[in-house]
Amino acid sequence: MTDATILGAGVAGLTVAHELVSRGLSVQVIDPAGPPGPKACSWWAGGMLAPFCEGETAPDPVSRLGLGAADWWQAAGACVTRAGTLVVALDRDRAELARFARRTDGHRTLDATALAALEPDLADRVSQALYVPDEAHLAPRAALDHLHQSLTVRGVRIAGQGRVTGRLIDCRGLAARDRLPELRGVRGEMAILRAPGIRLSRPVRLLHPRHPLYIVPRGDGVYMLGATQIESDGRGPATLRSVMELLGAAYALHPAWAEAEVLEIGADARPAFPDNLPRVLERDGRTHVNGLFRHGFLLAPALARMTADLLTTGALPELA
Amino acid sequence: MPVFYGTEIASPLMLGTAQYPSPADLSRAFQRSGAGVATVSLRREAAGGDGSGFWDIVRGLDIPLLPNTAGCHSAREAVTTAHMARDLFDTRWIKLEVIGHPDTLQPDPFGLVDAARILTDDGFQVFPYTTEDGILAGRLLDAGCEVLMPWGAPIGTGLGLNNPYGLRTLRGQFPDVPMVIDAGLGLPSQASQAMEMGFDAVLLNTAVARAGDPPAMAEAFAHALTAGRLARAADPMEPRDMAVPSTPVLGLAVLQ
Repeated sequence: MTDATILGAGVAGLTVAHELVSRGLSVQVIDPAGPPGPKACSWWAGGMLAPFCEGETAPDPVSRLGLGAADWWQAAGACVTRAGTLVVALDRDRAELARFARRTDGHRTLDATALAALEPDLADRVSQALYVPDEAHLAPRAALDHLHQSLTVRGVRIAGQGRVTGRLIDCRGLAARDRLPELRGVRGEMAILRAPGIRLSRPVRLLHPRHPLYIVPRGDGVYMLGATQIESDGRGPATLRSVMELLGAAYALHPAWAEAEVLEIGADARPAFPDNLPRVLERDGRTHVNGLFRHGFLLAPALARMTADLLTTGALPELA
Repeated sequence: MPVFYGTEIASPLMLGTAQYPSPADLSRAFQRSGAGVATVSLRREAAGGDGSGFWDIVRGLDIPLLPNTAGCHSAREAVTTAHMARDLFDTRWIKLEVIGHPDTLQPDPFGLVDAARILTDDGFQVFPYTTEDGILAGRLLDAGCEVLMPWGAPIGTGLGLNNPYGLRTLRGQFPDVPMVIDAGLGLPSQASQAMEMGFDAVLLNTAVARAGDPPAMAEAFAHALTAGRLARAADPMEPRDMAVPSTPVLGLAVLQ
């Protein structure tokens, strides 16, 4: 017997499991795909813990809910890099930088000299940037693996199937559409490259009127490039056009990307509610944690806390 | 209100459905503006999945849908996309875009006329995205189009009506053809200007979707269109060089 059964071993399921165990509850995790892997859309995530930058398009609570994410992941033992975020635009698209600055907080403007000190490789490519110091990033697969190990050590199993015991917490993402018909998929495509000719120490967001791009360093010269955002439930392979746009934008930012090795190209669909905000909600006898959209690693800790509060105090927490 | 292929629409605002912060913002923008037509692009959304979650939201707007062939660079591509759209949305309407240049996104006039003819012969009701060129407009009408959609400025630039002379000439050349200013609008005042010039409707997306508050901007455009339409109908004064006082100056009392 456990206090709770969690369906889904993606970022939502594992953070909820970790938070519940930390508060002394016993849990089991059930996922037909087994331990964290490519069937979870969080496997393909960028891993940016960027509450300020995400505020550009995300509604208000997203930034607020995401503020504690880096601390949570660090406390959970994941390897978190706190080096901030750099937001840049090619000189032709300077207006994009002004718009981004107007619509977000927590940044300061860097001139060419300050930018060169922070990311020398970008110095002669862009003449102005926004620096968001209080943001962080992590490697999603390593973080999921770490949670898995840490749960295993504490006696939590991830089973392919099993009998539900205790409270049922549904963290199945898009698969929960059978019970949450208002969920939709938003397709994202990404690439992982090894680029020894380029050195970036922090996530870089390239604002572009057509092909926005972010680059997240994974260490050892490996970078994740993401991500498209297409209104589609399709989970099939990335399209040529999407990949060309991502890689083309990177190449426009710096020609040294031309020599990078393409290690992986991936695609999946992210679960989202119509307002693109996440939910902890109770329906038909189960608790749903879902709709993390493009903010999985940023929002999962706050949702895990809310879920744990719900289980320990019985009160359904307010999102805002 | 404008009539396209026999269908009267409820508002001269035709609004796109792409690029909103969220579908909830999209729905609110349509509600607050009372937009008469929703345009939908299906190329990417249809790729690799049925996109059903998003389509359900778009269909839920409950206004006429105008699917488009956005991103097509040849007549053949546009025709294929139009057929997909007809199957998916069950409508004969198609906004025909055949892009001639990847950077400026300006229409390819030759491919446009070819595709318009093929689609019209196939029973489609074509809304061609075109320039202000009057000769091209004539060819599109010859090909069977009963609506024209001249650009204000290149797609997504927000520059407004780049060539008011050319647009005025086009309007004057074909006074009875319903015409929609499509693309390039950034501000409601530009939409007013289009209506004052006698255009029947405007079609826009980025100006609303990428505003900080899309529903508020959509409403602003709706008001601007009403203002422009009323002004046009009210027969505006002619500009003139001679200053004319609006208060008579003769017969003032002498207060000494």
